[in-house]
Amino acid sequence: MTLTADTLPPIAAFDRDFALQRRRARIGWAVGSMLFFAAFLLSAQLSDFFKVTQVTLPDGTRADRWIVPAGIPRLGEYVAKTIPTLRLDSFWADFGEWFWRWKIWLRLLVETVLIAFMATSLGVIGGFALSFPAARNLAPNTWVLWFSRRYLEIARTVPDLVWALIFVFCFSVGPLAGVLAIAVHATGALGKLYSEVNENIDMRPLEGVKAAGGSWFDQIRYGAVPQVLPNIISYTLLRFEINVRSSSIIGYVGAGGLGQEFREAMSLQEYTDLSALFLIIFLTVIAIDYGSEKLRHRIIDMGQSA
Amino acid sequence: MSQHALTLSGLTKTFGDTNAVHNVSLEIEPGQFVGVIGRSGAGKSTLLRLLNRLIDPSDGSVSFGGQEITALRGRALRQWRADCAMIFQQFNLVDRLDVLTNVLIGRLAHHGFLSSMTMNFSDVERTMAIQALDRLDLVPQALQRAGTLSGGQQQRVAIAKALVQQPRIMLADEPIASLDPANATKVMDALAAINSEDGLTVLVNLHTLDTARAYCDRIIAMRAGRVMFDGTAAQLTDGVVRDIYGTEGLMEFNEAVTSTAARPHVTA
Repeated sequence: MTLTADTLPPIAAFDRDFALQRRRARIGWAVGSMLFFAAFLLSAQLSDFFKVTQVTLPDGTRADRWIVPAGIPRLGEYVAKTIPTLRLDSFWADFGEWFWRWKIWLRLLVETVLIAFMATSLGVIGGFALSFPAARNLAPNTWVLWFSRRYLEIARTVPDLVWALIFVFCFSVGPLAGVLAIAVHATGALGKLYSEVNENIDMRPLEGVKAAGGSWFDQIRYGAVPQVLPNIISYTLLRFEINVRSSSIIGYVGAGGLGQEFREAMSLQEYTDLSALFLIIFLTVIAIDYGSEKLRHRIIDMGQSA
Repeated sequence: MSQHALTLSGLTKTFGDTNAVHNVSLEIEPGQFVGVIGRSGAGKSTLLRLLNRLIDPSDGSVSFGGQEITALRGRALRQWRADCAMIFQQFNLVDRLDVLTNVLIGRLAHHGFLSSMTMNFSDVERTMAIQALDRLDLVPQALQRAGTLSGGQQQRVAIAKALVQQPRIMLADEPIASLDPANATKVMDALAAINSEDGLTVLVNLHTLDTARAYCDRIIAMRAGRVMFDGTAAQLTDGVVRDIYGTEGLMEFNEAVTSTAARPHVTA
């Protein structure tokens, strides 16, 4: 690389440079690993991983134990409490008792999915509109870029549960607060994903539109949108899956959907209700994930064959 | 179509320390077929982009029939870009849109926001587009996606798009550099036909001498941003080229891989 190497024959110079490069790489790895390990230990310490707690032994005496093995059996205890009694001879009666609130739960399940659907739609509109000014290669000027990026950052940095708390305060308890909360968060998340797709497009079609007398909007509509559409649809479906999960818990703070039932069951210690609700959400999410994954792969294949 | 001359005076464009185009003054008469030759980096592309206002000059001015082009803004600028159609080396079509829509992009300068966003073109415009495609023998491909076409076909779609702009000047930036000789000939013939039938001024960047000599009324040779030669094809002998670019440069021009000569060119 430097001129001093010229005195050595090329292979000897290579050996020397290679050894140097290897040594640098080894030092880099060693320092990196040490930093990572130190950070790991520190965060474990801060999160009480090494805490010692007192447990009651079977013979009634108290003893000090490390918290991890002491706490794990309690997980089984909790799960055991949520398992309903289902006897073979009276299975349907027991099952009916387990899902005793099924009419309310079904209505709330529909509400949950609708919240997710509505919120995804609003999030797509906001995220799509802002993803073009928020893309470095497409923004008409740096001010527009800065403002749209900051807006998207704020929208997605605040968790949807926090947005829900704020909107419940504004619009009272109910699904409207949930829709708005998830929509704002989804706008931020989708806008970021979309704008990264936009930053990877081929700029030549846009130049072709510009050279023909097209405005900035024409360049986006004709040059950019056809290129990014398959990716946008794919990310939107992925977001819908995420939003169904969000909307099933967001009722915990009063923003509509099944979450409010979770809260009630927990505070009233109705443990079998919890397992029933968990099962309902689990099956719904699996069904939606499966459906949208099929759809997404079809769209991705479509994009590649084009 | 129009009988205006394009006048460049003292046109200069600097990128950082380099003068891409340096003090170029030219008068392009209406109806001329002008070839601009020069090696890569000579400033040919920059010159064409300055004319179409894809980039703005550092100094100097361009005027068309007395209208000052360098001062245009907003809607008037978009109208000028439509008047001054541009064809690119890489075609710059939208691969995922069909050929017809790609051609209709040439009409966007005449559209408002809503009709443009909804891709709402009139029957008259569609007829114009189909007629333009027919001139280039591309009507059977009108509903195919542009990305599925061959390079030569894509470049002819780009010419059809330029035609529906109803331009007053046609600029082509290395239109055949990405094409094989047979397709290159088709594209150059199409440009020549437009020039002779419509009387449209055509300005083409080329980097092969034989193509320039075969098609152009007038040849402008550039080197390091300056015009080194401006005259007829007959005046641009190998001797003149050797004077401008040196023996090495002459070899390079004559041996360049992409040209319209379907057979290998034998250098003198």
